[in-house]
Amino acid sequence: MSAQATTDVKSSGSGALRHKLPGSLAWHLGSLLVLAVILYPVVWVVGGSFKKSEDIVGSLDLLPSDPVVANYKSLADGIADISVSTFFYNSLFLAVGSVIGILVSCSLTAYAFSRIRFAGRNLLFTLMIGTLLLPYHVLLIPQYVLFRNMELINTYTPLLLGKYLATEAFFVFLMVQFMRNMPKELDEAARLDGCGHFRIYWSIVLPLSRPALITSAIFTFINSWNDFMGPLIYLNEPDKYTVSLGLKMFVDQEGLANYGGMIAMSLVALLPVLAFFLAFQRYLIDGMATSGLKG
Amino acid sequence: MGTTVTHAPAMEGLSQDSEPRHGPVKPERPAALKRRRRRENLAGYLFMSPWIAGFLLLTAGPMIASLYYAFTDYNLFDAPKWIGLDNFSEMFGDPRWRHSVQVTLWYVAVGTPLKLIAALGVALLLAQSRRGQAFYRAAFYAPSLIGASVSVAIVWKAIFSDDAIVDRTQKLFGIDVGGWTGDPDMIIYSLVALTVWQFGAPMVIFLAGLKQVPRELYEAAEVDGAGKLRRFWNITLPMISPVLFFNVLLETIHSFQIFSSAYIVGGGAGGNACGPADGSMVYTCYLYVQGFENSRMGLASAMAWLLLIAVALVTAVLFWSQKRWVHYEEGAR
Repeated sequence: MSAQATTDVKSSGSGALRHKLPGSLAWHLGSLLVLAVILYPVVWVVGGSFKKSEDIVGSLDLLPSDPVVANYKSLADGIADISVSTFFYNSLFLAVGSVIGILVSCSLTAYAFSRIRFAGRNLLFTLMIGTLLLPYHVLLIPQYVLFRNMELINTYTPLLLGKYLATEAFFVFLMVQFMRNMPKELDEAARLDGCGHFRIYWSIVLPLSRPALITSAIFTFINSWNDFMGPLIYLNEPDKYTVSLGLKMFVDQEGLANYGGMIAMSLVALLPVLAFFLAFQRYLIDGMATSGLKG
Repeated sequence: MGTTVTHAPAMEGLSQDSEPRHGPVKPERPAALKRRRRRENLAGYLFMSPWIAGFLLLTAGPMIASLYYAFTDYNLFDAPKWIGLDNFSEMFGDPRWRHSVQVTLWYVAVGTPLKLIAALGVALLLAQSRRGQAFYRAAFYAPSLIGASVSVAIVWKAIFSDDAIVDRTQKLFGIDVGGWTGDPDMIIYSLVALTVWQFGAPMVIFLAGLKQVPRELYEAAEVDGAGKLRRFWNITLPMISPVLFFNVLLETIHSFQIFSSAYIVGGGAGGNACGPADGSMVYTCYLYVQGFENSRMGLASAMAWLLLIAVALVTAVLFWSQKRWVHYEEGAR
C-alpha cells in the first residue's frame, strides 16, 4: 500500500506535472475506450437476456426497449426435462470438492518442498515444475482409458481424484513460493518446543499461508466451474451434467428454438464466477502477479 | 526473490543451504545426525505421498501408456494392436490433420503476439498511477476469468454472427464479408479476438513487473535527454524482460491447447464439431474427434505426443533464446 503511494507522488512530481491536465484526460479516455471493449459482451448478454428471442442478434440496441422476463421464465421448465438447479448443484458439488482437495493436497506437498529437507527433493521439484508445462491433452486419452478400466466413467471420481493427489502443479508452485518466504526461525523455535512437522504445518505454516490458500481456492473454484472438456468426456447422463455441459446441451437441442432462454442461461451460468470475482478480485490479481514475478 | 532475504540474519545470509547440514545449534553426534536425517526423509515422503501417488497414477503412468498407444491401433473395445509407425504416416497423409495443424499454428502465431501487445500496451497505460487505476485493472482482468466458459463462447458466436455488431461495424467501412463465425476462413479470427479480449491476465503480470522498475533509472535517462521511445526501449523492455519471457512462454503454450472455445463457437447444428468446413478445427479439436467420436485412441495418442513434442520444442527454443534477450538482475535467483 505505502509503496504504491510513494510511486504516486514521484510520478506526478517530475515531468508529468507540466502537462498534467491533457495527459490525465488522454489517460482516462484511453482507459474508458478499453473498458468499453471489455464490457461490451457482458452488457450485451445482460441486455440480450431481457429481449425477445428474435430481437437478440439482429438489433444493435444494447438494452431492450421493452424488457421481457420470458427468457428467464422458460428456464424454469429446465433443459431436456432436467431442472436447471440440478446442473447448478452438480457444478457446485464438483467445485467445492475440488477446492477441498486442492487445499489439502497441494499445501501438504508445498510444505514438504519448502520446509523439509529430504533426499531427492530437488529431483521431485524438477518433475513437479515439468508437469506445470505439460499439455493436458497428452494425459487425456490414457487417463480416460484408465478410468474406463476402473469403471469410473459417468462418475465424478475422474474429475476429482487429481485434485486430491496434488496434480495441479500451479497451486503447489504458488504455495511453495509463499511458504519459502516464511522465516526459518519459526520452525526452529517450534522444534525446540517439541513440535513435529505436522504440528508446524498445521499450527504455524498453514495459518500464515492464508493469502496463498485463498487465491488457490478461488482459482480452483472458478476453473472447476468453467471446466468443459473434463465433464464432456467423463459424464454422459444428463442428470449428472455440470452447468457448462447443460448449457452446451441447451445449445444443441433448443438453441435455435429458444434463443432467448439460451442467452439467459449463459448469463445465469456466469453469475457465480462474477460474484467470486467481485468479492475476491484483490486476491486473484495479487495471486496472478506474484506467480509471474517469481517464476 | 531479492527482497525476501530481509528477514534472514545478515551473518548467515550468504549460504542459506549450509545451515541445516551443520546442525541447528551445536554439532550433533553422527548417530543422532543420521537419525535426524532419516526422520526428515520419512516426514518428507509422508507429506509428499499424495503428490507422488498422483504423479505415478495420473501423470507418469498415463504418459507411458499414451506413448505405447501411439504405436497401436486401439478402439477401446479390442486390445491395442501394435502397428508401428502407421498412426504417424496416416496423420501426415491426412489433409484434415494438416489443416488442423495449419489452423492452430495460425491461431498461435496471430493470437499470442496480439494478446501480449494488448497486455503490454494497456499495462503501460495503467502503470501511470492515477485515480481509478485499481478499478480499471480489476475490470480488465475479469475477461480472463470468464473467457474460458461456455457462456462466453455462446455470446461470442452471437456477436460475430451475420448482422450482429461486428458484421454491421465492418459494413460501415464498406467491408461486406458477413459474420465471422459462419465463414470458414474468418471464424478463426473470432477466436483470435476472443483470446485478445482476455489480455488481462498477462497485463496484471506486466503491471507487477513495471512496478519493480526503479524510478531513478527513468529520471537519470530523462536528465540525459532520452525520449519516451528510447526510455521504453532501453530501460523498460530490458527491465521487464523476465516477465515478458514468462508471459510469452505461458501464453504460447496455452494457445497451442485451445479447445473449448473452438469447439463451442464452431459447433453447430450441421454436425460440424469444429466450425463450418472445419474452419475452427484446431489441433485439439481434431484430437477429440479422432479419439472420442471415432474411437481411434491410438491415433489420438500419437497426435497428443506430437503436440507434446511441438510444445516442448517451442519451450526449449524460448529458453535457449532467453540468454540473448532476457536480463535477470544481479543477485536475483
